[in-house]
Amino acid sequence: MIAAFEWHIFWDRIFHPDHVFAQALWRTIYIAVAAQFFGVVLGLVSALMRMSKILPLRILGGLYVLVVRGTPVIVQIFFIYFGANLFLGFDLFPRTIGFGLFSLSGAVVAGIVALSINEGAYMSEIVRAGIDSVDKGQMEAARSLGMPQRLAMRRIVLPQAARVIVPPLGNEFNNMLKTTSLLAFIGVYELFLDADIHYSATFKPSEYFAAVAFWYLVLTVVWSVIQAWIEGRLAASERADRLSFWERVRSAWAPVPDRLWSRGGAR
Amino acid sequence: MSSNPIVCAEGVVKRFGRLEVLKGVTLDVHAGETVCIIGPSGSGKTTFIRCINHLEKIDGGRIEVNGHLIGYREKNGKLVEDTENNIARQRCEIGMVFQRFNLFPHMTALENVIEAPVRVRKASKHEAVREAEALLERVGLADKRDVYPGKLSGGQQQRVAIARALAMKPALMLFDEPTSALDPETIGEVLQAMKELAEAGMTMIVVTHEMGFAREAADRVVMMDDGCVIEEGTPEHFFAAPSHERTKQFLSKIL
Repeated sequence: MIAAFEWHIFWDRIFHPDHVFAQALWRTIYIAVAAQFFGVVLGLVSALMRMSKILPLRILGGLYVLVVRGTPVIVQIFFIYFGANLFLGFDLFPRTIGFGLFSLSGAVVAGIVALSINEGAYMSEIVRAGIDSVDKGQMEAARSLGMPQRLAMRRIVLPQAARVIVPPLGNEFNNMLKTTSLLAFIGVYELFLDADIHYSATFKPSEYFAAVAFWYLVLTVVWSVIQAWIEGRLAASERADRLSFWERVRSAWAPVPDRLWSRGGAR
Repeated sequence: MSSNPIVCAEGVVKRFGRLEVLKGVTLDVHAGETVCIIGPSGSGKTTFIRCINHLEKIDGGRIEVNGHLIGYREKNGKLVEDTENNIARQRCEIGMVFQRFNLFPHMTALENVIEAPVRVRKASKHEAVREAEALLERVGLADKRDVYPGKLSGGQQQRVAIARALAMKPALMLFDEPTSALDPETIGEVLQAMKELAEAGMTMIVVTHEMGFAREAADRVVMMDDGCVIEEGTPEHFFAAPSHERTKQFLSKIL
């Protein structure tokens, strides 16, 4: 028999979130932000490694991307958290780890590390595509003015690559917000584990999982608004056709012909 | 014309794979001289001036600018490629203007001009801005200082590019077909800026298809064909009585 959907449970999870839930929500957010941040850093470093003149750096960067993109995230999370114990017999991540002003549980830190490493491999591809998209003449012009390669990369190429990198970066963060749910499997108390625990106690899967899905949706919608704002800011300096925030939102929902031919689409 | 050479290129050889693009180019350019390099496409003109600031490595010969070997160091009688930082330092003395302008699109005209003086020469921002304004004034674009390149015409962009190169106070200016990507009506303003620069005594090497410019502004015209310099002379000699058969053919086609 199919159990009836108990709406009051669903509404309760949405309109009266308890304190434990709020903490889980906050944990999801800061894990995603931290992992994305370190993922971007790793992506930038590995992209530059893969473009290096030095062969071993190129190989190292290439292997990193190959292995990480070729294996499941959940496996990576398990190996990072339990790997040291399984292979070497010690715990890499103690129960709690202090960072001066705050401390985090070992599982949270392991989760951030694993998701950062995973994210870095995807960001590496995105950063490299961004750098490739910048006209070769830009680097030549910079070097003809006496700028060493590093300075030219930092001042001339990367700022232009950023415009190409930001939209897919937004996509990646959207993904990241949801991928944090996998950390439930190493005991990080985030949104999904919160829902899972309520389900175990009540055997009401549909209500609790629908509610947690709703909260992920809230997170990603808020993020897409922030993303539209950031992209607008980035485009503003160069484009003659400045779009207002609402024009950007509208153009994202416009039917295809409109998007291709309106001010928003054509470049 | 003074006698100290700014550029001294000797037997420059350049290969792209098996294709030999420069087959031993020798050319001296003296201080204050304007040299126009002409020739059919594929003759190696552009490759040659790109070798002068080491945007291309060379496979033979040597190039000196202001008495300094460009891009290489002598080690036990052999030439080895110099370090990135040394090459960058040498490039400060050599301004370059590109066919496709290559202005930095994320910076205003003024920011384009002050970027290298501030970041490379470590000039104070205040000083750099003052000089940049003077340079933009000189190329007739004082009112465009805060405009992004995307909103400038081709001719205006190229004049900003000239100002940007001049901001490093180079001893030598290289122009790689500076008007080839321009609309006909904006070519004149760029050539005018270049003519004024030549009259002010700048040492210039100009790869161009603008024979009018070569005739009026050049001290010397150099004809290249198939990776070699085949003829050089004053514009009077060059356009009135070219001696080489290949030069005659080329001039008859484009004049």
